[in-house]
Amino acid sequence: MPALLEARGLHAAYGETKVLHGIDFAVQEGSVSALLGANGAGKTTTLRAICGMVKTQGEILFSGQRIDGRATEDVARRGVAHVPDGRGTFLELTVEENMRLGAYTRKDRAVAADFDRMFGYFPRLRERFHQQAGTLSGGEQQMLAIARALLLRPKLLLLDEPSFGLAPLIVQEIFAIMRRIRADENVSILLVEQNASLALDFAEYAYLLETGRIVVSGPAAEIQQDEAIRRSYLGY
Amino acid sequence: MEGLIHQVMSGIANGSIYASVALALVMIYKATHHINFAQGEMATFATYISLMLINAGVSYWAAFLFTLVIAFAGGMVIERILMRPMMNAPVLSSVGVFIGLLLIINACSGWFFGYTIKSFPSPFPSQPMLGGYVSGHELGSTAVTLVVLLLVYLFFRYTRLGLAMRAAAFNPASARLVGVRVGAMLGLGWGLAAAIGSMAGMMVAPVVFLDPNMMFGILLYAFAGALLGGIDNPLGAVLGGFAVGIIENLGGAYLVGTELKLTLALVIIVVVLVVKPTGLLGRAVQSRV
Repeated sequence: MPALLEARGLHAAYGETKVLHGIDFAVQEGSVSALLGANGAGKTTTLRAICGMVKTQGEILFSGQRIDGRATEDVARRGVAHVPDGRGTFLELTVEENMRLGAYTRKDRAVAADFDRMFGYFPRLRERFHQQAGTLSGGEQQMLAIARALLLRPKLLLLDEPSFGLAPLIVQEIFAIMRRIRADENVSILLVEQNASLALDFAEYAYLLETGRIVVSGPAAEIQQDEAIRRSYLGY
Repeated sequence: MEGLIHQVMSGIANGSIYASVALALVMIYKATHHINFAQGEMATFATYISLMLINAGVSYWAAFLFTLVIAFAGGMVIERILMRPMMNAPVLSSVGVFIGLLLIINACSGWFFGYTIKSFPSPFPSQPMLGGYVSGHELGSTAVTLVVLLLVYLFFRYTRLGLAMRAAAFNPASARLVGVRVGAMLGLGWGLAAAIGSMAGMMVAPVVFLDPNMMFGILLYAFAGALLGGIDNPLGAVLGGFAVGIIENLGGAYLVGTELKLTLALVIIVVVLVVKPTGLLGRAVQSRV
C-alpha cells in the first residue's frame, strides 16, 4: 500500500542557509511517525516544507499526488493540518473563533457535532469557549491548537513539539488525550518531538534527524530497545 | 446653550465622516501595518466618479451604490498591482509607494475632472431638523455612516468571511494553515476600506464642496481620530473619529477659532503619540505562556 505521505530527496533552505539535505521519509495511512533530533536538526523545517512554508527541492507526495511547491492554503485544503511551532493560536480571537477557523474550509453541517467531540477530548475548551485565546494557559493553548487542527477533518496531522514549554503533568495529560484521538479519529500523525522517550512510546515508526540528514530510521520499538542509538543520539 | 448643542450636533455629523475614514485606515493598518496615506485621495476620486454618474442622469442612490462597487474594485486592483509586490519590502519603500499613490491619484482627479471647486448634491432635505439643531444633510449623512459602520461591524463579527479576514490580518501564517487564502483576504480588505472611504467622500462633499484636495484635511482629522482611539482598534478608531469631530467643532467655536481647527487635529496627534501611543482603547494583546 502506498504511504499517505512520502518525501523523496527533500531539500529545504531559508535563503542561502540549507537546512535539509535530501531526506526520505514516509507516514503510513493510520499510523504515527515521529521525527526526532536535537535543536536545529531540521525537524520544524521538515514540517514547514510539507506545508509549503519554505523553499524546497525534491518530491513530496500526499495521497499519491505531488504537493511540493503548492501554496500552504492548498496543502491545508487537501487535508493536512499543521499544529505549528509556537502553536499558531489566534491570540486576539476567542476560543470559539479559533475553533471556527479550524473548520473554515469545511462546507458540511457536522461542524457543531465536531465541536462537541472536541469538548469531549478537551473539556476545558468548553469552559473557556468565549474567552480570548491569549488568556489561556500554555497547556490550554496547546489543546486549542490540536482541536483547531482536528476540526479541519485532516487525513494527516502534523504536530510540532506538543510538549514544548509545558509542565510534565500537562504533557502527560495531552499525550493521554492524543492516544484517545489516535484511537477514535481517522487521522495519521507526523510528530516532531525533542522528548524522545515520549515520542517513541507514542509512535510506530521513527526517524532521527541530525543536521538536516536522517541518520537512523526504524520501528519505534526497535529504536527504543537499541541502547547505542539511545545513548549516542537521544541522550537518555 | 443652544449654540453648544448645535456645535456638538455638527461635531457628531463631521465625526461620522472622520470615523468612517479612520475605520478605513485602521482596516488597512491591521492587515498590513501601514497607514494608507492615499485613503483620502482614493475617496475623492470615487466621489468624482459618482458626480459624473449623477450628471449623466443616474439617480443619486443608484450612483451611490455604483460608486461603492467601483471603489471596492479599485481598492482590490490597487492592492493586487501595487501592494502585493511590496509585501516583504522595507517600511520606507511602502511609505514611498503610499505617498506616490497619493500624489498620482490627486493629480489624476485634477486632470480628469478639473481643479475648479464643484458643488455636490445631497440626497437629504435641506431644512433644519430636530428642533433646528442639525441640518437635514447632517442628520442624513450621520445616519448613513452609522448604518454602514454597523454593517461592517456585523460582517466582521458574525460572518465566516469576516472572521477569515480578521484571522488573515492577525496571524497570516496560521490563517494559511487553516486554509484561508490570505492574499484574497488582503484584497477584500482593501476593497472594503476603499468603499467605506468613498462613502465618506460622498457624504462630506455636499458640505465642503468637491475639489481634488477635498479629503486632505479630513484624512488628518481621521488619522487623529484613529490614533486617539487606538490605531489597531476598529471600535476605538470609530469612537476617536466622533470625538475628534466634536473636539474640532467645540474648539473651533469657543477656543481657537475656525482658522486653527486643523491645528487641533495635529495637536491631538502629537499629544496622543507622546502621552499614550496605543490610543485610548488600543492595548497590548493579553498573553501568558
